Amino acid sequence: MAVQKLPLAKALNESLRKALETDPKVLVMGLDVGKLGGVFRITDGLQKDFGEDRVIDTPLAESGIVGTAIGLALRGYRPVVEIQFDGFVFPAYDQIVSQLAKMRARSLGTVKMPIVIRIPYGGGIGAVEHHSESPETLFAHVAGLKVVTPANSSDAYWMLQQAIQSDDPVVFFEPKRRYWDKGELDTEALPGELHKARVAREGTDLTLLAYGPMVKTCLEAAAAASEEGKSVEVVDLRSISPLDFDTVQTSVEKTGRLVVVHEAPVFFGSGAEIAARITERCFYHLEAPVLRVGGYHAPYPPARLEEEYLPGLDRVLDAVDRSLAY
Amino acid sequence: MTVESTAARKTTRRSSGAKRTTGASAGVKKTAEAGPGEPELIQLLTPEGERVQHPEYDIDLSAEELRGLYRDMVLTRRFDAEATALQRQGELGLWASLLGQEAAQIGSGRALRDDDYVFPTYREHGVAWCRGVDPTNLLGMFRGVNNGGWDPNSNNFHLYTIVLGAQTLHATGYAMGIAKDGADSAVIAYFGDGASSQGDVNESFVFSAVYNAPVVFFCQNNQWAISEPIEKQTRVPLYQRARGFGFPGVRVDGNDVLACLAVTRTALERARRGEGPTLIEAYTYRMAAHTTSDDPTRYRRDAEREAWEAKDPILRLKAYLESEGHADAAFFEELEAESETLGKHVREVVRAMPVPEHTAMFDNVYADGHALVDEERAQFLAYQASFADGEAE
Repeated sequence: MAVQKLPLAKALNESLRKALETDPKVLVMGLDVGKLGGVFRITDGLQKDFGEDRVIDTPLAESGIVGTAIGLALRGYRPVVEIQFDGFVFPAYDQIVSQLAKMRARSLGTVKMPIVIRIPYGGGIGAVEHHSESPETLFAHVAGLKVVTPANSSDAYWMLQQAIQSDDPVVFFEPKRRYWDKGELDTEALPGELHKARVAREGTDLTLLAYGPMVKTCLEAAAAASEEGKSVEVVDLRSISPLDFDTVQTSVEKTGRLVVVHEAPVFFGSGAEIAARITERCFYHLEAPVLRVGGYHAPYPPARLEEEYLPGLDRVLDAVDRSLAY
Repeated sequence: MTVESTAARKTTRRSSGAKRTTGASAGVKKTAEAGPGEPELIQLLTPEGERVQHPEYDIDLSAEELRGLYRDMVLTRRFDAEATALQRQGELGLWASLLGQEAAQIGSGRALRDDDYVFPTYREHGVAWCRGVDPTNLLGMFRGVNNGGWDPNSNNFHLYTIVLGAQTLHATGYAMGIAKDGADSAVIAYFGDGASSQGDVNESFVFSAVYNAPVVFFCQNNQWAISEPIEKQTRVPLYQRARGFGFPGVRVDGNDVLACLAVTRTALERARRGEGPTLIEAYTYRMAAHTTSDDPTRYRRDAEREAWEAKDPILRLKAYLESEGHADAAFFEELEAESETLGKHVREVVRAMPVPEHTAMFDNVYADGHALVDEERAQFLAYQASFADGEAE
């Protein structure tokens, strides 16, 4: 059956299965990805079907996981690496930033680094610390890396396929609180481009720009706003690096107002870059300054406080109101 | 003095009954004896150029092979001296000299097969020489015209890596790939005493042990990590660390090219047989500064350097070649002429190395392209073109 309705997590699992079937050079490696199927079960059943040689339980050392993946890529493999949680990626940060990202340029284009680093990210699941962070900007800032994040099952499947096929390193952020959300997936449809944004809901008064877990929040905010007679457009960014400014510009030229929403801290967050660029591109179309809604400049709080920290429906609507008040 | 290896002592002592070798090694006389306070090392050629036996690491080289090793070391040293001079002349921004480490690098480098793969630090000029990398290629990053500058796969010699120890994980991953492919190639990862403290080096030990990866870890313990002596890195001899990770470690006289060759060959063969990694600690000395920017007079005594001068890797092989009649005056004269030619070649190539096109910084950032890079390249070109317009007016 080509079209099915399945959770985002299962779409990722299907995508990995498809990649392992299609290309013998694809490897899956990380902590607990074998028998356990990963702590979120994204790799469920893969080791059983493809063997320990291709679905590899690694020693518990993130730098080692990424560093050996680089060596495997140099040997011609296409490793798909799982970092168990967002806050655990930093031991591998040198390998990602100083080694992986720069390798192609340092080799004058003679080697490629087809590595995907999957990272479940974001909060909202009541976890202990280091399990709810949104470090996407720390990777988007680095030339040589690509950074993408799906918001639904179809994108989860297809964007992971495309990331694995890419000859560049891709940091693939998975919205962990949306893992269990069901969505339609057509495995025979032609996928869109990996680095194109998508208009998730059309509107005329204001553009809400989000990615990953915040797309659903913004769609809910747009629905609520429409009950008050406000027509809000929602753009799902999908790719953070490269970033599809053309699609954002088209939307903002239509609506004249932009609110960027992400879980990551606002300060130096992706919203800052987007605000600066859209102000340059759309200066004479803007009816209001670009507003941002996101996390605070404080360590991700204990779970009992995360609802206050994370952008929710009310904070997004508050920003919509503030923008429309100009 | 730190804890000495009882295993190494035993090995040396029971070597008294070792069999004699044949061929060019006929001058072998006895087993190396470490002096008081000196570490136990696997040694086949004493600092005086006397051939000695080791029961586990025997080697039998023809006179031609011995002359080849000598030639490699002399030319590597000459290249290195030329690069240092070029830095002093302002042609290079920086140079990391390998002076004193020629035996460790040539011995290990000549143990490799063509299909083996090398992951160097930024000081493996002698290993690069063994791999057939054009030595002038090594100078691009030190001159500031690139950040790497060669195709690693053309000589199975990976790019120089500056962040200490990072390459040991790449080596381990590459070796894991070799094992997956069912090939019998091996990988050698170079690093130093300073890098031995890095997490990545220790993680590479863990991964290679767990996956039984065909990799040889070749640590050149040159006693100094810039200004920090080995005592700031370890409380045990470095080679002993391997045992805790579950694979063998050996310490070799890093100024003895024969011992380095023999020990590395054995470790590579072990890797090929699927028996996993080996750690080799090549005990040597950084005769020059850390780099041309460093001033070792601030942290170490001349006497120490002088003591190591007596253990020079090139002089001891020369003494052996001469005493055994393996090389005549014509050989040394021809080699001197070859050194001069190499030096001249290096000078000429470096001085002619072009500054890259300005837009080269935008090249090869990505394999599949990136909209922002394209946009910024176009902006950069337009900005530069705006000056051209001004000049035309």
